[in-house]
Amino acid sequence: MNIKKNIALSDSGFVFDPSSGDSFSTNPIGLEIIKMLKEGKSADEIKKHVVDNYLTDESSFEKDFYDFVNVLVKLKVAEEGKK
Amino acid sequence: MAKKKKTITVAVTGLNAIDSPGPGVPVIRGLRESKEYDVRIIGLSYEALEPGIYMHDLVDKTYQIPFPSSGMDSLLTRLQYIHSIEKIDLIIPNFDAELFSFIKLADHFDKVMGIKVFVPTEQQFEERHKANLDEFGKKHGIKVPYSKMIFSTAEIPMLKDKFTYPLVVKGKFYDASIAYTPEQAANYFNKISAKWGLPIIIQQFVHGQEVNVTALGDGKGTTIGAVAMRKTYITDKGKAWAGISISDDNLMKMTTKMIKSTKWRGGLELEIIKTNEDHYYLLEINPRFPAWVYLAVGCGQNHPDALMRLAMGEDVKPFKKYDVGKMFIRYAYDMIVGLDEFEKISTLGEL
Repeated sequence: MNIKKNIALSDSGFVFDPSSGDSFSTNPIGLEIIKMLKEGKSADEIKKHVVDNYLTDESSFEKDFYDFVNVLVKLKVAEEGKK
Repeated sequence: MAKKKKTITVAVTGLNAIDSPGPGVPVIRGLRESKEYDVRIIGLSYEALEPGIYMHDLVDKTYQIPFPSSGMDSLLTRLQYIHSIEKIDLIIPNFDAELFSFIKLADHFDKVMGIKVFVPTEQQFEERHKANLDEFGKKHGIKVPYSKMIFSTAEIPMLKDKFTYPLVVKGKFYDASIAYTPEQAANYFNKISAKWGLPIIIQQFVHGQEVNVTALGDGKGTTIGAVAMRKTYITDKGKAWAGISISDDNLMKMTTKMIKSTKWRGGLELEIIKTNEDHYYLLEINPRFPAWVYLAVGCGQNHPDALMRLAMGEDVKPFKKYDVGKMFIRYAYDMIVGLDEFEKISTLGEL
């Protein structure tokens, strides 16, 4: 899973897909995760970063993370199986 | 010191700006922003309530012209009169229904009256017609949904042999409705044919996202400019009330291929469906700029200005890029107009 290369992110959490014209808003933690995915970080690296820095545990994070990733794929912000 | 602009008089049609707006006003806005020409605009209207007639900051003078159904002779007579007063350099027609007359008269305008008209050739105009789009797609290697012309509701029951429902019922110039049953198809056939005549075009419905391109061809195969847009707010007539410029290499390739293959001359709009599998189907080619052409100007490609310069014989270099993520948002604006102005355009045919 990889964030599409041309996706534009702003610091306010505004996500813009220039190939479809779609735009979305995400909260600060969503933005942080998208940024890490864009940098090519693995799910384990992202999990470690979030669990170390926020009040959550690994199993809660994993559930929410995979839900979030599924949403990103559905919205075509991310592509499965592409690097 | 700034370069002195050349003066030019341009006559423009399509001054209506209702819920299905004409391209005249946005074309004029583009012309007014020309860096090379100081433009005097002559509006050509069909009805007294076309808003552009009363936009005096955009249109210098307006003349009524006869409806296309009146024939070419009456159009020519009227334009000869207007030309005798205004000394027109260029006419930019903006309606599908009037284009045939302007294409037919283009040679006369140029050689006898000295007026330029930068429009598609008659062959280009005819072969991209909705009724001929299937053949057009095959000839130019572009995917087009299967379509068929019909002339009577008696042909509708047989459609099930070649089509699956839903299908699209289209008028020859305007209007399209999606029919889910033969009964709905018959209903739309009657409604649309009553307004736009026959034939009616039946087109296979393709699921996907509609995207549009406004472009300009130089008549020699070069794409001078092309901007892609996705509608983000659509009226109940299916018209864009807001849209955003997008970046799509496949769309640009399809556009340049089509313009190169046809040697398209003039402005055009491509209506395309992009499926979830990333296949692109051409739904329609409109042989003039769309009403949203000012988005192209806002994105850095002034297509109306480039068309004007091409028409005047200038060497126009193709645009290489445009801003992605620029939006247009239409709005309704109430002008207050004195009855004397309405009286003038209604009785004298000019304002």
